[in-house]
Amino acid sequence: MELQINDQTITVVAEPDLPLLWVLRDLLGMTGTKFGCGMALCGACTVLVDGVALRSCVLPVAQTAGKKITTIEGVGTTAAGAALQGAWQQINVPQCGYCQAGQIMSAAALLQVKPDPTDADIDAAMSGNICRCGTYPRIRSAIKQAAHQAGQTK
Amino acid sequence: MSAVADDFAASHGLSRREFLRQLQALGGLLLVADGVHIAKAADAPKYGADGMPHGTVDNPLVFLTVGDDGWVTIVVHRSEMGQGVRTGMPLIVADELEADWSRVRVQQAPADEEKYGNQDTDGSRSTRHFLDPMRRCGAAARMMLEQAAALSWNVPPAEVRAVNHEVLHEKTGRKLSYGTLAKRAAKLPVPAASTLRLKTSDQFRYVGKGGVPIVDGHDIVTGKAQYGIDPWFKDMSFAVIARSPVLGGSVKQFDGNAAAAAPGVQKVLQMPAPVPKATFHPLAGVAIIANSTGAAIAARKLLKIEWDDGANGSYDSADYRASMQESAHKPGKVVRESGNVDSAFQSAPKTLEAEYYIPHIAHATMEPPCAVARIIAGQVEVWAPTQAPQVTREDVAKHLGVAAQNVTVHVTLLGGGFGRKSKPDFAIEAALLSQAMDGRPVKVTWTREDDLHHDFLHTVSVEYMKAGVGADGKVSAWLHRSVAPSLATIFAPNTNHEVGAELGMGFINMPYDIPNLRLENPEASAHCRIGWFRSVSNIPHAFAVQSFVSELAANANKDHRDYLLELIGPARKIDPNSLQDHWNHGESPQRYPVDTGRLRRVVETVAQEAGWGKKFAPGRGLGLAAHYSFLSYAAAVVEVDIDAQGLIVVPRVDVAFDCGPQVNPERIRSQLEGAVIMGLSLALYGEITFKKGRSQQDNFHQYRVMRMNEAPADIRVHLIPAADWTMPLGGVGEPGVPPIAPALCNAVFAATGKRIRSLPIKDQAKRAT
Repeated sequence: MELQINDQTITVVAEPDLPLLWVLRDLLGMTGTKFGCGMALCGACTVLVDGVALRSCVLPVAQTAGKKITTIEGVGTTAAGAALQGAWQQINVPQCGYCQAGQIMSAAALLQVKPDPTDADIDAAMSGNICRCGTYPRIRSAIKQAAHQAGQTK
Repeated sequence: MSAVADDFAASHGLSRREFLRQLQALGGLLLVADGVHIAKAADAPKYGADGMPHGTVDNPLVFLTVGDDGWVTIVVHRSEMGQGVRTGMPLIVADELEADWSRVRVQQAPADEEKYGNQDTDGSRSTRHFLDPMRRCGAAARMMLEQAAALSWNVPPAEVRAVNHEVLHEKTGRKLSYGTLAKRAAKLPVPAASTLRLKTSDQFRYVGKGGVPIVDGHDIVTGKAQYGIDPWFKDMSFAVIARSPVLGGSVKQFDGNAAAAAPGVQKVLQMPAPVPKATFHPLAGVAIIANSTGAAIAARKLLKIEWDDGANGSYDSADYRASMQESAHKPGKVVRESGNVDSAFQSAPKTLEAEYYIPHIAHATMEPPCAVARIIAGQVEVWAPTQAPQVTREDVAKHLGVAAQNVTVHVTLLGGGFGRKSKPDFAIEAALLSQAMDGRPVKVTWTREDDLHHDFLHTVSVEYMKAGVGADGKVSAWLHRSVAPSLATIFAPNTNHEVGAELGMGFINMPYDIPNLRLENPEASAHCRIGWFRSVSNIPHAFAVQSFVSELAANANKDHRDYLLELIGPARKIDPNSLQDHWNHGESPQRYPVDTGRLRRVVETVAQEAGWGKKFAPGRGLGLAAHYSFLSYAAAVVEVDIDAQGLIVVPRVDVAFDCGPQVNPERIRSQLEGAVIMGLSLALYGEITFKKGRSQQDNFHQYRVMRMNEAPADIRVHLIPAADWTMPLGGVGEPGVPPIAPALCNAVFAATGKRIRSLPIKDQAKRAT
């Protein structure tokens, strides 16, 4: 089947019910998207499908055919994605860093619909993403900083 | 090894060699067990890194290179799991080297302790043990570059000086860049350690300053960072394993036909039978190897396995708790005693008793255990997120029946460690599976269910406390019984007491000024794999002691902070040996006494910064706790806001922390922020329970951890500046955790009057309506 990943058309042979996560990671070698729970409970595998944050660990690949998939490897080409990646580094958000790809993808989806998110908006959008190292306060700060920067550059 | 140690090894079923390895690998964890003080026996004690296998190496030729292009490459031999070691360690080298940080690259060392020195990244000791050796590396290389420049100009070395990636000759204004000097400098002899000119602390450019972005930041936010789960080869196979749900269990029989016929499956094979000692061995089970992890997971559901559960098949954590409680109310082995507790209890006007419980806790690293292995022409390569590279190398070699020299362990980034990834069972699995696939690269991934079912769990513990108090509320007698299965059981299954390192984590070395005191450790046995979890036995010990002090203060109707300071007593330096702590985190008792002045200061600082004494409306309040661990001093004030339904919100946490000199204060802050979240997480939700020997929690819906909407928005870290750089360093990664749970529960008490003695809190704060 054909997939649109980060603005590229990629042909892949996969069982239709194989979760997108394993198509990305194991069949295509795109390992930026992470495995954390397999049950859409932790958000480590978050990708954007037509701009919506989805958990790729429970998303059958067949359901994504013809849709626009964005992963952590491609999110930096959007203004919001680049602003988030910059703010994440300036604030030194990551500790181990493993969950941060998923965090940034969820934050990118948030900024698309709420360019100036409140704390409640951040809670609602980000509570599906677990960080075991406990970087939540810095993630919150980084989202606000990225939103602020993106707002200024408009 | 002493005769006493031989006896210990024999009585615990360990070979001499095995005993020595474990003794060293755990930083002397087994040093004091069964009341036998091995350290006091024949061998002269070795402290700090010298007591670790392969000690330290300070050869600049091992740890750094300067390229002709001027790029400096610094090798990090410790594992990065979020604590910032890949930034902090090179900062030290770069600083002494007078290198420009923007021209420094970091390279991860493979497992090779003979070359790099000890690599066990645990015990909060990387910076503590390697600050000085890394400084010597940087200084030696700087002097070699200066020497090369002096030779080039034919001037005395004393006339030249390295400044920011160049060597200057001030008299003539000449300069040579590091890149230009690199080749010549590399041929010079490495100056002896005694001749090195180390910087004075006012000359530091990076050390103690902070403000440096973490070296992996860009790779992490762009998805390029390589964790253990990430190596990828075109011809790679992907595996998951169905493991015995009970420790010590084995496969009686299995039917793998349906699984073998599932899409993408390449092989179904049985994993080796269990061995008497858990150590770091893979568990018995059946592996599925497929063309993707997803295919392997799907096929695993089709396996039909009949297990032989073995002796632990009846383990029930609720029954076990009851048996521990029974033990906690009977006299146990006395591990420290002073004065006369029994007569002091009799003469005390009042006695108070309390019992505290902390369940098994799972690490739940966001990257579950995983590894990749391949074998080409007898050479084994493993990529693993391991905290113990050398142990991984040796154990892989042993299980494959090859020499360790033929095993290369590439240490990847760790997607969380917290002690779990010190045990390389997952790497051994990958290597065994690659061997079964004729050397083809195999990636083994643990699902979250695998992780929560087969962790090396934090121990379970019942702590019984009793105090005799005078009319003035002061403690005249103190009895503490700690009942907990030991993590030494994975090496010596018959161990039934806490070993020296566990006792020395906030139990035996409790420094309070109490005239009559007895500490007891009744027996406990283990029925699942017990391991070390970030801050280890400090968690239950601090929870019990710091909660009980709050109870005593409330009983005396005194302010908790004032009461705690009075109990700590005047500032003094206590020899840990006098507390019967002969372990002392493997450090010298002279260099690292227990300093009650530093403990007082973190209490005073955190109270002041948090606005201790503020009045709150009902349902809100502050809780305090302080704890000394890993040679650092930590105190926390947690603020809670509890609604009518009993939902606990934590708006703010303050932490005061004294770890001596601070190499990278920014990462110290981030570690403490993380410790707050992890401490709250375990206090509110953390629990693994067992029925019929099986862990009952499958995934994050049953094993909750703190999320964004529950996390305090405001965490304030107050670092106590060190007097100077001659002070010895304390640990950073772990000591922030222990005070959090008791501070939270003390806050719940302040807000509601409800005393929580059993973790997790879950809905215990729910108010009676």
